[in-house]
Amino acid sequence: MSGRVLVGVKRVIDYAVKIRVKPDNTGVVTDGVKHSMNPFCEIAVEEAVKLKEKKLIKEVVAVSCGPQQSQETIRTALAMGADRGIHVDVSGKDYENLGPLQVSKILAALAKQEDAQLILLGKQAIDDDCNQTGQMTAALLDWPQGTFASEVSLEGDKINLVREIDGGLEHIKINTPAVITADLRLNTPRYATLPNIMDSLMNNETELHKPNHRTSLCVGLIPLFETVAPEDMQGGTDRSGAMLRHTVLQSGKPKRIILSCLCI
Amino acid sequence: FICEGVSLGEAVREQHGKDESVHRCRPPDVVVFPRCVEEVSALAKVCHKHRLPIIPFGTGTGLEGGVGAVKGGVCFSLRNMEQVLDLHPEDFDVTVEPGVTRKALNAYLRDTGLWFPVDPGADASLCGMAATSASGTNAVRYGTMRENVMNLEVVLADGSIVHTAGKGRRPRKTSAGYNLTNLFVGSEGTLGIITKTTLRLYGIPEAMVSAVCSFPSVQAAVDSTVQTLQAGVPIARIEFLDDVMIDACNRFSSLSYPVTPTLFLEFHGSEQSLQEQVKTAEDITQSNGGSDFQWARDTETRNRLWKARHDAWYAALALRPGCKAYSTDVCVPLSRLPQIIVETKEDLIENRLTGPIAGHVGDGNFHCLMVVDPNNPEEMHRVHLFTERLARRALAMDGTCTGEHGVGLGKRALLCEEMGPVGIQVMRSLKDTLDPNNLMNPGKILQREEP
Repeated sequence: MSGRVLVGVKRVIDYAVKIRVKPDNTGVVTDGVKHSMNPFCEIAVEEAVKLKEKKLIKEVVAVSCGPQQSQETIRTALAMGADRGIHVDVSGKDYENLGPLQVSKILAALAKQEDAQLILLGKQAIDDDCNQTGQMTAALLDWPQGTFASEVSLEGDKINLVREIDGGLEHIKINTPAVITADLRLNTPRYATLPNIMDSLMNNETELHKPNHRTSLCVGLIPLFETVAPEDMQGGTDRSGAMLRHTVLQSGKPKRIILSCLCI
Repeated sequence: FICEGVSLGEAVREQHGKDESVHRCRPPDVVVFPRCVEEVSALAKVCHKHRLPIIPFGTGTGLEGGVGAVKGGVCFSLRNMEQVLDLHPEDFDVTVEPGVTRKALNAYLRDTGLWFPVDPGADASLCGMAATSASGTNAVRYGTMRENVMNLEVVLADGSIVHTAGKGRRPRKTSAGYNLTNLFVGSEGTLGIITKTTLRLYGIPEAMVSAVCSFPSVQAAVDSTVQTLQAGVPIARIEFLDDVMIDACNRFSSLSYPVTPTLFLEFHGSEQSLQEQVKTAEDITQSNGGSDFQWARDTETRNRLWKARHDAWYAALALRPGCKAYSTDVCVPLSRLPQIIVETKEDLIENRLTGPIAGHVGDGNFHCLMVVDPNNPEEMHRVHLFTERLARRALAMDGTCTGEHGVGLGKRALLCEEMGPVGIQVMRSLKDTLDPNNLMNPGKILQREEP
């Protein structure tokens, strides 16, 4: 086993920013707006670095697909403890059309190229909320997937995973190589400290890749018609006259529930 | 609702007439929401012309009734001015508007490796923190607002805009002219409206270690604190909890700390320096009879260790459900801390008051969390008398009647005792010069001499 982990990190609009829709309704305003690493990607990076600190894996490689600025996101991952970065250069129209299907094809190709043992991703990005990249990547590679992970432990060549699902917590055991997506409670990501940030600026450990097959980026494009902001909240109406009458269940014979609303 | 930016609504006015203190709500007559300093200045000019009181409002998280509009007037709610401007990571400074809170700034800064460490507990407006000269658990290492505000943009009562260190200037030190910046820091809105503050930033610590230690007496805990500081350990937080507080925390959080004076410590630094710091502190606490020294490095265990301290407020409230909690705040020289705490505890017992103690012992500052039944006027009165005795006790020990919370409404008389008549007269002269019509937050800090 190579002991190499690929971590996907996406550059998104910072979670604290108030999003504004562009006046022409073609999308949201991104110019001059603060961007940072997707919070779930931070959790994924933290988990990878923790695994390396426990000496369970050997190398953490941070990958980001996007324009020039994605390199900042990779540098944050390096400052958190990743060893190397790969920037897949996607810009312009290609970047506007970049979605989970395209990214998962890129990640699958990189996983093979880098002989990765594990792919760690955030469960979803906070800009598109797709929650698809992890699952698609696993399918393309025909690897097992552990999504919404809140606990990860390596046991030989298997992974014990606890998943957060609607019913509670699900414990599974999957083989490696595998894809894991990080949920909120997996860990608390460390801050990138100043000395580490300075180090990551000096170090040139980020390779630049151009996607080989342009066609793979055009497949499965979803046309975007319009972006609109939600309507402003209207004031409520006073329904102080509303009455709700219901009868109590009596000795096995449920009675009909009668609702009567008088709006004054 | 007149228009966006001005509100006459009762609910909005009430929201802007109270903070987190026990002082009752005193709503203004109208609330305005300016979006930029030019609007603040224009509105101030209108108020000046018509002699209307002006009350600046940040987040309303103050503890001394500072936002109460005792004479009505116009509340300037500054929350729409919420930009982080001018971040200079290589110079360790940033300028922010009043709507930016402490947590929002630190979230913004997280990718730069920098943070603003002054932490008063609440998620307060940074300009509001400047106005009240806020402090917090980190002050022993990083200082209070007085040490960390480099420049302010202030709108005066007549609408003129002043930059206390010169417009846009941010040298790390200066000896140019009178220190106007620190005149406005702590002025609690009585001299002007702060619309920008330039803050000193620090590097996020590489690593942190938290520790807890129990002591046989208050004296032992304070001695350990003094010796740790004397040993040159750059300790980041030293928090003291008395036995009543620890007992409350044990019950509230199902913990099992020994019910005796306890110190919670936090160390910041590189891995190597932390080892040294913790070792030194552990040796010192042991030599003072400290026991059960526990420490932790990773975030989750650290949070567990400090949980008692974090939940102190709620633990105190849980001692008497249905009651309210009011925090006193005095500060004395370190060497007098054991004496004042012991005397205060005797006072509490003698007067049948519930007042667990938590303190920033590295600064000689402590708070009694008075848990009191708001519907019992007799008890409220006993609490009031107790807090006055406590403040006077601190003054008698070369201390101050307020370490962090400010003077606000409740401590004006005590301020006179603390400063003496000449000191108060100098303050009054400054106030009369900058605000001759007493429009800026009337009724706070200085008692008005009625003609």
